[in-house]
Amino acid sequence: MTAATTALALRAPQLMTTPPLLTMTGVSRCYGDVVALEDVSATVYPGEVLGIVGESGSGKSTLLRMMNLEDTPDAGDYRLALPDLPGNLFDLDRFARRMLCATRIGIVYQNPHMGLLMQHTSSGNVAERLLIAGERSFAALRGRAREALEASEFPLSRMDARPIELSGGMQQRVQLAKAIALEPALLLLDEPTTGLDVSVQALVLDTLKRLQRDRTITMVIVSHDLGVIRTMADRVMVMRRGRVVEQGLSDQIFQDPQHDYTQQLVHAKL
Amino acid sequence: MTPVLEVENLAKHFQMHHLGQRLHAFEGISFTLKAGEFLLLRGPNGVGKSTLLRTLYRSYLPRAGHIWYHTTEGRIDLATAADVDIALLRRREIGFVTQFLIARPRVAAEDIVTEPLRRAGFAAAEAVDEARRWLDEFGVKRDLWRAYPTTFSGGEQQKVNLARALILPQRLLLLDEPTASLDAGARAALIRRLADLKAAGVAMIGVFHHPGDVADLIDREIELTAQEVPEDVAV
Repeated sequence: MTAATTALALRAPQLMTTPPLLTMTGVSRCYGDVVALEDVSATVYPGEVLGIVGESGSGKSTLLRMMNLEDTPDAGDYRLALPDLPGNLFDLDRFARRMLCATRIGIVYQNPHMGLLMQHTSSGNVAERLLIAGERSFAALRGRAREALEASEFPLSRMDARPIELSGGMQQRVQLAKAIALEPALLLLDEPTTGLDVSVQALVLDTLKRLQRDRTITMVIVSHDLGVIRTMADRVMVMRRGRVVEQGLSDQIFQDPQHDYTQQLVHAKL
Repeated sequence: MTPVLEVENLAKHFQMHHLGQRLHAFEGISFTLKAGEFLLLRGPNGVGKSTLLRTLYRSYLPRAGHIWYHTTEGRIDLATAADVDIALLRRREIGFVTQFLIARPRVAAEDIVTEPLRRAGFAAAEAVDEARRWLDEFGVKRDLWRAYPTTFSGGEQQKVNLARALILPQRLLLLDEPTASLDAGARAALIRRLADLKAAGVAMIGVFHHPGDVADLIDREIELTAQEVPEDVAV
């Protein structure tokens, strides 16, 4: 939407009465001279899938890390409409952030080494998340890890294999199981299928779609692969040089991109 | 009767940055549509009929004008409404039927058709029964129901698409050549379904290659004509 249509939209009656789950406002972050994010705002509604696209270095992964509270911006406000979570989440201390991320936010990284302990068993990786949340019974830990692995379509016969022994697609499923084990309100996906061959990619996307439908998990997915975003996202945000250049409904972004950069991106794909 | 849709002076063009030019589609389109009315869009190829449908659905952003859609809570301008509101209306009230299926890899035909029902809160078993009924109605053979439509012929894909798009009654249906490449049986099934929906009060706007197919349903027609547009239209 252009600024003009956004201004008009504010006066229109609102049909969506549910407040957004995620609201991020005016987030900026510099690393030395490099501007990683500049005045970025985003909203995500419950059950929605927001896609973030842009070239390497556009700030899309940095933004996702902010949503996972792995970094604190120079300026900006971040709120999740969840019980007992008042105020700007960037003001939380390290302990509170860790608890929040372990219990309410799940993340799947492009590189499984960032999300998994490679020398522990797959089920152990998932159970670790449950331990942080206070689960202590061995039977319950194992049972819930098994459930999460099953929901991620991981073959249970291999639940005691270490991730290092598994293929890339299987490692992503372990990450996914870990991310959803506590039924998070928000699932963040950073290039979840990049580097997987196409058939495995289709399997992982299918699993994500099914999870999204059956559990109505709210998702934010970052990918430079426009096909993945088109398949998954309801709305799309296009980033360039740390700024949001355009956002809109997924079909509008792909069929009628407005910004010069988005047109280049979409035409390069199609 | 309150209209479902009031379109006022709607205009669309495409700004092609890489060409440094603007492609004109249409302007000054105005019409009103009531519940149960069927409006046919006519005109030669390339005059902007499908573009108009996509602009009404907000796959394309209008350049100017209003698309007033009447809801129980008042009217909302689809030209400028928030994306989330458009998404909500698409889930509940506004349908778009094309001749093309966007098939996802590894999703079975019956799962594609079931999806709108599941989203609307139907129980899984009930949704599957209903999906199968409509696949059958449009003539998709039983042994294809669990298969992946990515490998289907164009005509079979279109039948899956129609079953999905028409399974839930909407308030407003936008039809972009839904009969193209259908065999006679499926075309008859489609026209039966459209007639039932019309009788139930669904408002429809359609583009048809052979308008004769739906002659009995048409209440009004709009003829789109190629327009001469001055080079520098204010944006």
